Amino acid sequence: MKVELSIKRFDPDQDEASHTEVYGVEIEPTDRVLDALNQVKWYQDGTLTYRRSCAHGICGSDAMRINGLNRLACKTLIKELGSKISIEPLLGFTVIKDLMVDFDHFFDLYKSVKPYLINYDPTPAKERLQSPEQREAFDDTTKCILCAACTTSCPPFWSDPNFVGPAALVNAHRFIFDSRDQGGAERLEILNGREGVWRCRTVFNCTQACPRDIKITKAIEQIKRLVLFNRV
Amino acid sequence: MSSFRWRTIAWFAWYRGQSGQWAQLLHRITGLGIVFFLGLHILDTSLVGFGPSVYNTVTAIYHNFVVRLLEVVLVGLVIYHALNGLRVTVIDLWDEGALYQAQMWGVVILLFLVLFLPSAFLMLAPYFR
Ligand code: FES
Repeated sequence: MKVELSIKRFDPDQDEASHTEVYGVEIEPTDRVLDALNQVKWYQDGTLTYRRSCAHGICGSDAMRINGLNRLACKTLIKELGSKISIEPLLGFTVIKDLMVDFDHFFDLYKSVKPYLINYDPTPAKERLQSPEQREAFDDTTKCILCAACTTSCPPFWSDPNFVGPAALVNAHRFIFDSRDQGGAERLEILNGREGVWRCRTVFNCTQACPRDIKITKAIEQIKRLVLFNRV
Repeated sequence: MSSFRWRTIAWFAWYRGQSGQWAQLLHRITGLGIVFFLGLHILDTSLVGFGPSVYNTVTAIYHNFVVRLLEVVLVGLVIYHALNGLRVTVIDLWDEGALYQAQMWGVVILLFLVLFLPSAFLMLAPYFR
């Protein structure tokens, strides 16, 4: 099948502003957008720049705006999109080159919610056990691959880049609701602040964009209720 | 800061979000619209301070057809904002609420039409008699 790719390109050494370039590729409907990008890079224009690593939807490198919506290039099939495909970098981050954006700020926001186990008890000799129900409480939010598809689809983040954003909230949720963790109070203190959970306006773009199908807004709402009523 | 605000408005149109995005955008627009009308109302009421004649002359404008159209718009703003406000409240307070946001928005639109169309008709009918 013949597919027309319109790719938004920007080279900081040459360009003042970004521009769109159109490439035609011959590809199977069951191939992925990443395969189409590879075809362009390998056979037509080696200067095209984008990140990818695992190519199987687990490393989180290749989130981009495909036909207007944030998705992973390695998880999106050509047949879902049709023969005209537009590809742009994620919104709200600085573009380094073409589809490659600067993630530094994103990771700073992620770190600000202490996304690691906090436990002040002496280290036990064996594992810290938990029941299946306790594990279930944060199961959904363990699936995050930090691709930033959610955070860069979030209008409150577009208008306030210091808002911690859905990805950081998902990862805060993952530890706040873990029965082995004792850092819930410190995290909620951060999330109850100016740039915390209350910036969420329940727009649901994050939930729609998540390539791991995490119910992001639901998790954020659980944090809100925990702050407000001390309940889920 | 404000440049970020402007780009957000542009990106709303540019990003292909679904129901939740439009529900929220309408919520914001209707909210601002209501604030505008509220300001107008405070202004016209405060004219009482200049005596009854000033107040009466100015408020006579409200019998004008164009102003009546604006009032119909105001009713629409209030109905949508109230209904979607209830939707957001349900999302906030009920743990499963977030999973049904799209369906609930459908209900909001439906109820909006059921409440708004008859109100608009009743408000405008006298002008066509
Ligand atoms: S390349 Fe690893 S997630 Fe797509």
